[in-house]
Amino acid sequence: MGNFIKLILLGIVAIVAAIAVNWGRDLAYQVHAFLIMLIAAGMFIWVLRNTGEPAALAPDPISGYDDGVVRAGVIATAFWGVAGFLVGVFIAFQLAFPELNFEWGQPFTNFGRLRPLHTSAVIFAFGGNALIATSFYVVQRTSGVRLFGGKLSWFVFWGYQLFIVLAATGYLLGATQSKEYAEPEWYVDLWLTIVWVAYLLVFLGTIFTRKERHIYVANWFYLSFIVTVAMLHIVNNLSVPVSFWGSRSVQVFAGVQDAMTQWWYGHNAVGFFLTAGFLGMMYYFVPKQAGRPVYSYRLSIIHFWALIFLYIWAGPHHLHYTALPDWASTLGMVFSVILWMPSWGGMINGLMTLNGAWDKLRTDPIIRMFVISLAFYGMSTFEGPMMSIRAVNSLSHYTDWTIGHVHSGALGWNGMIVFACLYFLTPKLWGRDKMYSMSAINVHFWLATVGIVLYAASMWVTGIMEGLMWREVDDQGFLVNSFADTVSAKFPMYVVRGTGGLLYLSGALIMCWNMFMTIRGAKPYQQPVAEITTPVQGV
Amino acid sequence: MHTYSLLREIADSWVLLAMFAFFIGVAIWAFWPGMAADQRNAADIPFRNDTNTEEQGHE
Repeated sequence: MGNFIKLILLGIVAIVAAIAVNWGRDLAYQVHAFLIMLIAAGMFIWVLRNTGEPAALAPDPISGYDDGVVRAGVIATAFWGVAGFLVGVFIAFQLAFPELNFEWGQPFTNFGRLRPLHTSAVIFAFGGNALIATSFYVVQRTSGVRLFGGKLSWFVFWGYQLFIVLAATGYLLGATQSKEYAEPEWYVDLWLTIVWVAYLLVFLGTIFTRKERHIYVANWFYLSFIVTVAMLHIVNNLSVPVSFWGSRSVQVFAGVQDAMTQWWYGHNAVGFFLTAGFLGMMYYFVPKQAGRPVYSYRLSIIHFWALIFLYIWAGPHHLHYTALPDWASTLGMVFSVILWMPSWGGMINGLMTLNGAWDKLRTDPIIRMFVISLAFYGMSTFEGPMMSIRAVNSLSHYTDWTIGHVHSGALGWNGMIVFACLYFLTPKLWGRDKMYSMSAINVHFWLATVGIVLYAASMWVTGIMEGLMWREVDDQGFLVNSFADTVSAKFPMYVVRGTGGLLYLSGALIMCWNMFMTIRGAKPYQQPVAEITTPVQGV
Repeated sequence: MHTYSLLREIADSWVLLAMFAFFIGVAIWAFWPGMAADQRNAADIPFRNDTNTEEQGHE
């Protein structure tokens, strides 16, 4: 019966999409309608051919859980990671060498369209896939049951990939509602809402059917991430489409209310997507890899509630010295500064889990990756509150210091912890003893670390320089530098930044090779030991 | 009274109080002496259930 409803729905979607290709008012909408038409028609045939087949999903032969979707998520994470880093490196060099905005590629490959492609690819495609895959892995093992809803988890996976493809192609073709980190237009937003509700159902359903009495702390973080992102996504994307047959839409909020909603969303995308969700990873995988329970479960409870209560207020610090009322920007600043405490509580809890196992730092490159990611988490959650203070912000805002701060968090904390999780998961999911090459993990670790250091250091230098040049006045009170002066002064630092990104990308490529070899089941090369032959006597 | 002023009034008084009370409640709950054994037990959850032994044939 379910299949008949599916067939009817898919048929309707395919036909409406076909009409939309014809009637569409802009290129992005027409391309998307064409894509949706193809997918719906393909799905129609697939469902039709499988009607009457047994629908049950067999448990994984290795673990007994539903790990197929986690395996797919691990591969998707690595793929989107490399794609996102590649675009990042390219746009970094576009800033240093504007000739890279090729004339033949206009307007599709200019910086303005590639930049949201980069941010969305790394945050939502790379980070999002890592979050979905690890949350599915962790919630099954900490609940002792398989995923709730059977094939619904596969819908979440493929639905999310479709969201990524629609968002990414939309940016290149010019469909954007121009809200930072929330650029996709109305129909892509609606689709993500459906996928996200299915994700919540799978996750909550698994928790409800758990065998363990307690809900492990990692699941609290994952759940807060899913629920809060749903709320942020819906409120920030309240818009009215101009036409059903076009991608344009008009925001419901206007002016300073719109700006405040945007940065309430924007900062909590950092707080709940890139922090709470990733702390969920930290609370499962760090104890697992270290072989010891988390340092203080008590601290994890306090840390969780403090983080949840504080993060949601920090958004206004993005709008210092704007039309936003002073009280609101002060509120954002104060909460950002207080937020330093729970952030460091989490970092300390993760690092101290290694208490008594610090020797592993020397022998286990995966533990080293977890530790460096926590170290970068600590650094960027100190830097962030400092930059949110109004006086500091007057220097740092609109400069590259902000970009440096974001990347020390994103490359250092989010990137490194995802790499470590991928190295943890790949051998386990494909039934191997360990990764193909441990020394390649070590090389990846150093390439990524040096890359981040180059990136963050050059952005501090250029950001502070830029901020000081903008405010420099002569004895008559006139501004000394024009904007173009700062741009040319930044050139060397831009090259260093691009080089750092290149190192980070090469590390990720080495990881992909290592994962491929592990999955293929290749045997590591063993250095042959020289044979000891007894010297011939009496010659 | 405007909706804004009314909501602002409630948010600045009772809601603020409720949220603080909730947070302090959580802190007391976390430090409650009887909770220690439960917390040790919960902290060990990642080291159980590495494989699913239960026979399940769900959809």
